[in-house]
Amino acid sequence: MKRIIPFCLAALLILAGCSSQSASSTAESSSTAEAVSSEAAETASSSESATSEEPVTILVAAAASLEYSFVDELIPMFQEQYPYITVEGTYDSSGKLQTQIEEGLEADVFMSAATKQMNALKDENLVDADSIVNLLENKIVLITAADSTSPVTTFEEIGNAESIALGDPASVPVGQYAQEALTTLGLWDAIQPKVSLGTNVTEVLNWVAEGSADAGIVYATDAATTDKVTVVAEAPEGSLAEKVIYPVGVVSASQHQDAAALFVEFLQSPEAMAVFEAYGFSAA
Amino acid sequence: MDVSPILISMKTASVTIVLTFFLGVAAARWVVGLQNKNLRTILDGLLTLPLVLPPTVAGFFLLYIFGVKRPVGEFFLNYFGYKIAFSWSATVLAATVVAFPLMYRSARGAFEQVDENLIFAGRTLGLSEREIFWRIMMPNAVPGVLSGGVLAFARGLGEFGATAMIAGNIAGKTRTLPLAIYSAVAAGDMDKAWDYVAIIVAISFLVVVGMNYFSGREKKQAKRGERHVT
Repeated sequence: MKRIIPFCLAALLILAGCSSQSASSTAESSSTAEAVSSEAAETASSSESATSEEPVTILVAAAASLEYSFVDELIPMFQEQYPYITVEGTYDSSGKLQTQIEEGLEADVFMSAATKQMNALKDENLVDADSIVNLLENKIVLITAADSTSPVTTFEEIGNAESIALGDPASVPVGQYAQEALTTLGLWDAIQPKVSLGTNVTEVLNWVAEGSADAGIVYATDAATTDKVTVVAEAPEGSLAEKVIYPVGVVSASQHQDAAALFVEFLQSPEAMAVFEAYGFSAA
Repeated sequence: MDVSPILISMKTASVTIVLTFFLGVAAARWVVGLQNKNLRTILDGLLTLPLVLPPTVAGFFLLYIFGVKRPVGEFFLNYFGYKIAFSWSATVLAATVVAFPLMYRSARGAFEQVDENLIFAGRTLGLSEREIFWRIMMPNAVPGVLSGGVLAFARGLGEFGATAMIAGNIAGKTRTLPLAIYSAVAAGDMDKAWDYVAIIVAISFLVVVGMNYFSGREKKQAKRGERHVT
């Protein structure tokens, strides 16, 4: 015990030293951050004053699956064209965004991952019906490992796989689509002993990428996130009752209708569509 | 209720404990007998690692060794036509790796507490090292080894992270109790989750009670040992 006490004291001293040091360093870094941000604000205001347009900020509420394409490519592209419009984004599941808009989220543009949420908002007059465009389709695709010699090349042949990775239909939306397509094709019951159910899409992708499963079914946009899987087929025509459509529209309560309409228009431009396609979407 | 996760978990934990028991005891005997102290420290660290690492890390390494495209996994697939990933044996593999350190550490602790004088006496009387192990070390270390076995069994029963990565979640084949619980919760099916949770809590409780029983005997044994030394 005697030996432990000085050791504890030493440890305490060291800890105290560390914490005071880190506190001072964070203080320093935050002050530099402030300096930087004030500088940035200055440059921003100078560039804004150069244009004749009034600076506006619009908020885009978009399905989580759109986040990367929006943040990394589309919003910077749009702001280059319209420097006076600042676009902010909030990304979540479409259902949550629908609720938030109903609760008064001051979004200007809404883009959902299904027509259901958009139609609900349209019926409540929360989204301007004339502004709604069915912009994108996200296809349900069959994937195999990138370098595999998988015996599966079409949805109909999925029974040839030794093991199949799917999203759990009970908790993963794309799993429900997979179940629907395979049920329509009359294959669902037969493949049950081979199906490994993932609780999220990443798990399904990893299982297929590692070759643990011979084939899997995901959204085309999920497949596009990794080069370790190859899309071998799209869900056959008629196997799904409804396509997965991403509609976009201007929120009725928006204070910046013009800027919001410009953004929606920009999303339909060929440059924007090219970006969407690179992320796995197809034109609807 | 679908009872297959219960059966699969029990089957996996049972096979796992047999493998883990022998591997753990053998490793403990080997490490205890090492003369080189540095080597012993490093080996001890390596063998204990799966205990302190997140099971997902263990799963990651397993995937990199036994995955279909990885050295050992590919070898098995090409030469035996056997795919380890997503098979039931993968659940045993994952559980064994994660349960091993508990068995190993308990056994090592128990071996180290065996009175050295007994071992020296055995050597003086001309016993071989093998005889010393089986006739002196093992009988004296039984309580510690058994409680380690019980703990390892419980750990194997509860293995989730590594199993999900290497064995997948195939109903009736690799879906163990923890995976069934996770799937049920993800699907918002709390009633189903409760059923499985109740079962695994009950089994684990029995196991811990069993361990206390063994370790209680261990203490008595240790007291006897003390008296013997003084």
